[in-house]
Amino acid sequence: MTDLSVSVSNAGGPVPQVALPEAAPKVTARGLNFYYGEHHALKNINLTLGTHRVTAFIGPSGCGKSTLLRIFNRMYDLYPGQRATGQLLLDQTNILDPKLDLNLLRARVGMVFQKPTPFPMTIYENIAFGIRLYEKISKSEMDDRVEKALRGGALWNEVKDKLNASGLSLSGGQQQRLCIARTVAVRPEVILFDEPCSALDPISTAKIEELIQELSEDYTIAIVTHNMQQAARVSDKTAFMYLGELIEFDDTSKIFTSPRDRRTQDYITGRFG
Amino acid sequence: MNPIYASRRRNDIIIRGLCMGAALFGVTWLALILFTLFYNGLSGISLAVFTQDTPPPGSTEGGLRNAIIGSIIMTVIGVGIGAPLGLFAGTYLAEYGKHDKLTSVIRFINDILLSAPSIIIGLFIYGAIVVPMGGFSAFAGCLALAVIVIPVVVRTTEDMLGLVPNPLREAASALGLPRSLVIRRIAYRAARSGLITGVLLATARIAGETAPLLFTALSNQFFSLNLTKTMANLPVTINNFVQSPYAYWKELAWSGALLITLTVLALNIGARILGAERTSK
Repeated sequence: MTDLSVSVSNAGGPVPQVALPEAAPKVTARGLNFYYGEHHALKNINLTLGTHRVTAFIGPSGCGKSTLLRIFNRMYDLYPGQRATGQLLLDQTNILDPKLDLNLLRARVGMVFQKPTPFPMTIYENIAFGIRLYEKISKSEMDDRVEKALRGGALWNEVKDKLNASGLSLSGGQQQRLCIARTVAVRPEVILFDEPCSALDPISTAKIEELIQELSEDYTIAIVTHNMQQAARVSDKTAFMYLGELIEFDDTSKIFTSPRDRRTQDYITGRFG
Repeated sequence: MNPIYASRRRNDIIIRGLCMGAALFGVTWLALILFTLFYNGLSGISLAVFTQDTPPPGSTEGGLRNAIIGSIIMTVIGVGIGAPLGLFAGTYLAEYGKHDKLTSVIRFINDILLSAPSIIIGLFIYGAIVVPMGGFSAFAGCLALAVIVIPVVVRTTEDMLGLVPNPLREAASALGLPRSLVIRRIAYRAARSGLITGVLLATARIAGETAPLLFTALSNQFFSLNLTKTMANLPVTINNFVQSPYAYWKELAWSGALLITLTVLALNIGARILGAERTSK
């Protein structure tokens, strides 16, 4: 049997389902809990995001996967009555430290949202805006950085002749890639994707997925998705969440072929969710 | 025909007729007012209206120059004081104080101020500024107008910022923008045309206000740029001239009324165009 699977992969078939070597932990959660007021939304989450790995979060609506993602950059801090307890580390930095400078944290942990959110300014400014927050560089350097970011977002060829057009004039898929380019431009270490393709057509989705795989060479990536095929296609590790708990967390290949937990199996086979 | 459907058609015709009748009723009066203004005012509009000051009693020469300039000065200063205050307060309500209990109190008070009769505001400034300062002044007039501008701008600012989608703010915060920059660079820009519209509408609102100026800036027969003294202005001049026995004064009053109406119309059209720009984006 083992021989067979090797020969299949050699023939150019699907990527062999070999366990990836463990990556150094980039983000580590230990005993993480989250509350919306009185509501206990996340219960005792323990997991690590491996450096330069793609980790997918799947689970039915309301399971807490987006909530978890929004703790990684303290996005929940914008709203009163929401709090997290436990331990959450970005390298050695305690993300939950109340004295932490959130703007600096968010410069290290970027986020791409469900709906494309281009800023009401030109395509060029959409990128340059974020860079200027933290760096003072010359016009030519900036041109360079903007081009690099747009290439990084796989958008350069489509917009290089209309950098001064409004970011809002782009199509939905292009807008989303602009948002990715904007996030990449400030050189974060981690990028969080919150259902980045749920508002996009299949072709745009394919482009974004390809882009996520490329980005994982330089960034640690976490992606929340409702689309299990997407999780299977783009991620190295998958976390299945249900009712605020982390049910199973393992290599993506294992989750989708031989899940240990009954609930994981029911979900990925479409029995609920 | 199905009797239920037939009665529904009947009701539809009746309701539609009532709605159209009501709309027509309102528009008719507006059209009559505009027609009367043009009919009586247009003939009196000449270069002299803009170049000569208000005439002494009995004279059949003169214009409205001092009143026009006075109105422009007081409107501009009134908006200059009121609009920034309104913008800041509206920003607090929509951005910083969104989850505060204080916000709903402020909003409630602002709504009361919004519908307060302008003569009350004039009396308030009279008591608060004119009496202690020992006389009528253009500056007191500016303040009265500013007090009228503030609630209008607060309201539109809060509403327009409320229309900026929250994900846009989150996206800006996610890049590491501090709160103040999220508001100044992102929310203001997204709501820009709406904010300008609010200021234009407030300008239109005070351009024709008479009552608050009657108790503050009063009027002045002569040309004056001194903010500490009385100052001529169109609404009060119209008010005085209409009540006078002189035919020429009455003619000037019509011309002034037409000028104010055209200004307000232009401001409203400008606001409309900006508003349309926003929705088409």
